Amino acid sequence: MVGIYPPSQVTDWLVPSRSLFLTIHVLGVACFLYIVAKRLVPLTRAERDPRFDRPLIRLGRVLKFWLGQWKHPRYKFAGTIHILVFAGFILLAARAFTVLIVGVSENFVMPGLSGRAGPIYDIVTDYAATIVFLCMVVAAIRRLVFKPARYAVPAKYGKSHTPDAVFLLGLIAILMVADSLFAASNAAGHAQRGQPVETLATLSLPWMLKIVIGSMPLATLWGLNVGAYLVHEVTFYFLLCYRPFGIQFHVETSLFSVYFSKLERGTLKPVRWGVRDEHLDQVKSFGVKTFEEFTWKHMLDFYSCADCGRCADNCPANAVGRPLSPRFITIKARDYAFQHYPVFGKANNGKPLVGNVYSEDEIWSCTTCGACEEECPLLVEYIDKIVDLRRGMIDDGNVPQSLQKPLKALESRGNPYGKMEKKRGDWAKSPEVQQSGKVKVLDGNNDADTLYFVDSITSYDDRMQSIGRATARILGSLGKNFGILGASEKDSGHEVRRFGEEMLFMALRNHNTEAIKASGVQRIVTADPHAYNALKHDYKDVPPVEHISEVLAREVRAGNVRFNRVEDEARVYAYHDPCYLGRHNQVYDDPRDVLDTIPGLKRVEMKRSRDRSFCCGGGGLMLFYEPKEEQRMGVVRVRMAAEAGANVIVTACPFCMVNIEDAIKVAGMEGKMSVMDLTEVVDQHMVRGVCDEKREELETATVGG
Amino acid sequence: MEILVCARRVPDTSENEIELNAAGNDIERDELVYSVNEPDNYAVEEALQIRDRVGGNVTVVTIGGEDDEEILRRELAMGANHAVLVSDDAFSGSDGRGIATILRDFVRKGHYGLILTGVQADDGAAQVGGMLAAMLDYPFASLVNSIAVEDGKLKVSREIEGGNREINEIDLPCVLSIQTGINEPRYVGMRGIRQVASVPIPTLGAAALGVNQSAVGEAAAKVRRVDYFVPALSKEAEMLHGSREENASKVLELVAAKGGLK
Repeated sequence: MVGIYPPSQVTDWLVPSRSLFLTIHVLGVACFLYIVAKRLVPLTRAERDPRFDRPLIRLGRVLKFWLGQWKHPRYKFAGTIHILVFAGFILLAARAFTVLIVGVSENFVMPGLSGRAGPIYDIVTDYAATIVFLCMVVAAIRRLVFKPARYAVPAKYGKSHTPDAVFLLGLIAILMVADSLFAASNAAGHAQRGQPVETLATLSLPWMLKIVIGSMPLATLWGLNVGAYLVHEVTFYFLLCYRPFGIQFHVETSLFSVYFSKLERGTLKPVRWGVRDEHLDQVKSFGVKTFEEFTWKHMLDFYSCADCGRCADNCPANAVGRPLSPRFITIKARDYAFQHYPVFGKANNGKPLVGNVYSEDEIWSCTTCGACEEECPLLVEYIDKIVDLRRGMIDDGNVPQSLQKPLKALESRGNPYGKMEKKRGDWAKSPEVQQSGKVKVLDGNNDADTLYFVDSITSYDDRMQSIGRATARILGSLGKNFGILGASEKDSGHEVRRFGEEMLFMALRNHNTEAIKASGVQRIVTADPHAYNALKHDYKDVPPVEHISEVLAREVRAGNVRFNRVEDEARVYAYHDPCYLGRHNQVYDDPRDVLDTIPGLKRVEMKRSRDRSFCCGGGGLMLFYEPKEEQRMGVVRVRMAAEAGANVIVTACPFCMVNIEDAIKVAGMEGKMSVMDLTEVVDQHMVRGVCDEKREELETATVGG
Repeated sequence: MEILVCARRVPDTSENEIELNAAGNDIERDELVYSVNEPDNYAVEEALQIRDRVGGNVTVVTIGGEDDEEILRRELAMGANHAVLVSDDAFSGSDGRGIATILRDFVRKGHYGLILTGVQADDGAAQVGGMLAAMLDYPFASLVNSIAVEDGKLKVSREIEGGNREINEIDLPCVLSIQTGINEPRYVGMRGIRQVASVPIPTLGAAALGVNQSAVGEAAAKVRRVDYFVPALSKEAEMLHGSREENASKVLELVAAKGGLK
């Protein structure tokens, strides 16, 4: 033990305490393995989730999002701190491991670090430890003094997380100091005993500590050395075993969360993985009602959340005071999992999640805009979980009255308004549309190769019909041979599915799929991003689908479209990215490119644009839902446009149009702000006949050549 | 408690454009979509909630034809224990009294402690509940918007002027007509209906129920519909034909002009 031998007589001060160190090692590792095994129990009882495919793509994502910390710079300050700490941890891993082993095997050297790499590695890690230590100090000051709003815990969600966060920062800081003191005392001891002295990196924490303790008596140095070792070892194992009780568990789980993350945007998980549509009737219960009905990956997500608050910071529902914060969807599920599957003792009886862990309004409040998922550095999934919880509520008949009518109307009439099927195509009969050619109703006997899928709101809402008319006129002017399904089109079912009514969605999808196939078209165009996303990701076996902005951008680039100059010079346009065109399908540039081609069009960007676009309030059934909220998302969005200096908001989605138009009125900004659909802007400025001219030119050239 | 709910299939007013037929004696019934009469659906939900509190069974009955089976499936999917279709050519053309007579004979075949109807059918005249109670010599409470079960009796309330509530005690067995808003009916989706697709729904005719055929049907009806008409446009009525915005501002202007806005 310490003090039995004179310090000058032993080559390694740690040797006498080896058995103590070994005991701590064994206890620490055993504890950790026990806790992790307990944490894995619910995952073994969870629903299946096939995530073992495409290993190369998944490894690529690990390199990008885990090792490369891809999402972190989206929050510059916190992101930089995290990147530094993460890099520090990665660098220090071998050093920490070596230190731990040295306590029981004094001559241990990490393979690869025995030669000249060793001292270089030591220098690098001296700095790494110093940087991590400084980051802990800065992070603690940030938490305690500056208190960024996104870390606040609203009273309904319990106590502040700051004490725990600062405690963890403290533990890591102690680990860094202990590590540095261990290195410093070793070096100081070796110097005093005339042995080869390790080089400590100039101005690093060990270097400074060595200056402080350099002249202390050898016995004190020995004490410091063994003490530092012990503190390092105990703190290391304490952290290791404490992490699975809170946010720091992501240190262990994030690698797996990222590797197994969802690969396809815009899609939804099926009701049950591995159950074919036609066998769904045999599934006893739909969706997630109890914790075990989450998939194992979704449970892993709960463990991996680092409580950084970026999801909630970007969530439009949270921003307008709806009772939803994606952050607490995860935190509450994790707390429940810990209580439901305690570390000591058996799993206790589960409770239904909705009504106990979550409120109904919380689950209906989500617009599935995807802002949370876009932001999450750990790629935690939210939309699939929300939809699964809704599937469970639908299955139990637990649906707000405001949504029951439109759902019933969708079932009997194929649209949420309960309007007559035969009137679905009436908008196309107006003289304004007929100017650029009659819109064909495709019944299988036409020669049209392109289907314009209109969807319910554009078909029936008298304001949105203007988008339909503009789209038809554009397609006509571009010389497309297109038509609509008319009365045989039903709602795409995009929101029906996202509100959890899978069987109704399947009925709508099957009907439309048959109608589309019968029409004999080769491609589909739509001006509704929700229909676009449904046809692209939720439907199978239908021709390829494009949003009108993609078609337009291509035609503009090919020189097939010319625009008249914007006459009103006072107009300043801002493009609002619809969630299902932007975030879910990555169409950001096409609509902007089209707008920028219009001569004299002044365009500004809102602060929140592209993948950080702020949802207008949600589409489809969300228009019928009556959320509890302090203000409308649309109003917030309209103010953002005004702040950017715009007076015309251009969007490319009928639902954005409804919500923003209403919001302009609610905000009292009529006359100061207006909203237009991309198709309306294009239709207004398009020079007609360009296509015909080009065709004639081509024909003449061919004849002449 | 054995609870019977009398329900009816009606054209869904929120999903149809109701127009008169050419003869002017009925509405145009092509392309109509139907659903459970809304107050009847609330009555079924209330019955299910009472059953879940005190035990027993809920039976839903409707008088009609094969097409009317769809609402019975929907109510079975909601959670009703039994559903019965009462159907006979002899019943067609019955007036309210005829319908009440058929239901009376149906009730006598069972042992129901509580009978619920909707307060009124969308295309009806709110007659059947009261008449059924009288024919059975049961007490009757109408426009009920809450029910509490007590020993051998119920406490029911109805809304009176000014949003106030009147509470009444009523002995069992009894007949109640249920007002919408008494509860929040659960949602029934396609999946629920598919799950009860194979549950048999018995059909009972006049003979099985012992209905006196001379008391029901068109011949026995003492209330006969003679006409449907659209009120003629009076001189004071003004139709607005502008755009939505124009109409809205015109309405505002008119209301203000008539002193409706202070």
